[in-house]
Amino acid sequence: MIKAALTDKMRNLRDGYSSALIELGYQNDNVVVLDADLALSTKTKRFGTVFPKRFFDCGIAEANMMGVAAGLATCGKIAFASTFAVFATGRCYDQIRQSIAYPELDVKIVATHAGISVGGDGASHQMLEDMALMRVLPHMRVLAPADAIEVEDMIPAIAATAGPFYVRMGRADAPVIFDKHRDFQLGKSVLLRRGKDVTIVATGTMTAEALRAYELLEPDGIKARVVHMPTVKPLDGAAVRKAATETGCLVTCEEHSVIGGLGAAVAEAMGERPVPLLRIGINDVFGESGSARELMEKYGLTAAAIAEHARRAMKLRDGT
Amino acid sequence: MQDEKVIMELQRRALQIRKHVIESVYRAGSGHPGGSLSVADVLACLYFHEMRIDPQRPDWPDRDRLVLSKGHAAPALYAALALAGFFPEEELKNLRKTGHFLQGHPCMRKVPGVDMSTGSLGQGLSVAIGMSLAGKLDNRDYRVFVILGDGEIDEGQVWEAAAAASHHHCSNLVAILDRNGLQIDGHTEEIMNLEPLKWRWRAFGWDVIAADGHDMGELLAALREARGTGKPTLIITYTIKGKDVSFMEGTLSFHGKPPSDEQYVKAMTELNQIEEELHD
Ligand SMILES: Cc1ncc(C[n+]2csc(CCOP(=O)(O)OP(=O)(O)O)c2C)c(N)n1
Ligand SMILES: [Mg+2]
Repeated sequence: MIKAALTDKMRNLRDGYSSALIELGYQNDNVVVLDADLALSTKTKRFGTVFPKRFFDCGIAEANMMGVAAGLATCGKIAFASTFAVFATGRCYDQIRQSIAYPELDVKIVATHAGISVGGDGASHQMLEDMALMRVLPHMRVLAPADAIEVEDMIPAIAATAGPFYVRMGRADAPVIFDKHRDFQLGKSVLLRRGKDVTIVATGTMTAEALRAYELLEPDGIKARVVHMPTVKPLDGAAVRKAATETGCLVTCEEHSVIGGLGAAVAEAMGERPVPLLRIGINDVFGESGSARELMEKYGLTAAAIAEHARRAMKLRDGT
Repeated sequence: MQDEKVIMELQRRALQIRKHVIESVYRAGSGHPGGSLSVADVLACLYFHEMRIDPQRPDWPDRDRLVLSKGHAAPALYAALALAGFFPEEELKNLRKTGHFLQGHPCMRKVPGVDMSTGSLGQGLSVAIGMSLAGKLDNRDYRVFVILGDGEIDEGQVWEAAAAASHHHCSNLVAILDRNGLQIDGHTEEIMNLEPLKWRWRAFGWDVIAADGHDMGELLAALREARGTGKPTLIITYTIKGKDVSFMEGTLSFHGKPPSDEQYVKAMTELNQIEEELHD
């Protein structure tokens, strides 16, 4: 079990990203970074300031950026390409498919502003289907870190692992839940709470909500197993099946459509031995403008909603 | 004269490429002969004269790169690669066959000598820019070539890339535009006007050179000129789609269709005849 706790400490995942990039930049001359006129928002600009020769702002031309990243990667560069999730994946799906995933190139697409917590910008900027799009691509690995500490662990790990990656982060500051750095294990789930009554599988910043849900359930004598899934693909299917066998019901939570993301991946993994599974996410609708907190509440992405779903999943399991 | 000998040799290579195109597409029962035949002379010039390559070392970091952005001309690229010695010519017979490595469109992971996987039009110039930038970062003096179709440049991404290439001073980059005037649905000017082509690219900060794409002397001169422009350079090669097979020349129908049995025999007869005349 990995130590994780809810603290008051908030940190932006993008700060973790830019710190990790700069660290990598010092360690490895082959690391290059590309952005598409959002370098201040994604915070890749910090890398560009330290390593101007290895930073390429491609302008508002995301498709070209993905191709340039691919070309750099054919020549031995480890190319980090960043922009908002909606543009990184939706606008460039074919470029990623043809010029990055199929030729298995060392391009690490690190997207920010994923999910509904983007807030005020509204549906046009709230990417809720990026994991679905990236997950279906052969060779592509899909990651959603829980906090800034995990981002700092993840970035060097994906740089050291050949081939394409997609990493999604939100815009908002997020609670720091991990107290220390660890070796990031690709494809491995992270057990955060050991309960046996119900399993909560969460990814990205929903993991903090899952920890909160654990605390809401505990006074009622319900011990939830909380599994953090930073790697949505390749999914830790063994951990899912073990949880299904040992707790008999699951809830998944993600700031993403319930179609094609974590919940879908978990459903696929336990298809042969199904147990009740409730998926929390955005229910096949576009988002809207609002404050991050209010939107998370309106769309049911809260600890309270997770706890309620956990209770329902247990009832389904018990036939009560 | 040295030049004349070089030209004769390149003409012979282009003809071999064309024969392989017909042969392999015929055997495959599918593929794109028209745009493969139009680009055969350009490929001959690149692989047998202009490019610094070593078929024994397809991954040589200092090699010149070629991105065949109009990936459907794969049969011509494969022929050039096989003739150059990247893999046995025998393999050309297995184009598009299950379990063999010559995919319908170029795959860099399967075919030695292919520098980039292509097939979805409009993406190759961006990739070539990445290669160009990597060369500059690493202080390598290799050059990057990319072949575009004229219909292909309808794609918006090409123009994103055109702007990026001059912005980033990609002076080691040469794009070759196969100006055969045809795409799938018709003449390029009917489908989507491209003119004034030269000025569009110049306005994007490129050096532009025009050449007859079937005249080796002009092609060599253009490629030579492109070495010293100090800018990303576009060579517009005016070509004939289906070049050297009478019933394919200038037609839309052989864009993506193999010859029938009879047409195959006729095409090979014509190409053999041209080859004999070359030897005279
Ligand atoms: C993005 C994309 N759209 C459509 C196609 C289908 N397609 C294949 S070839 C072609 C026409 C290409 O015309 P051009 O670039 O002029 O090539 P050429 O005449 O040299 O064959 C089209 C539309 C494709 N391969 N990629
Ligand atoms: Mg054409």
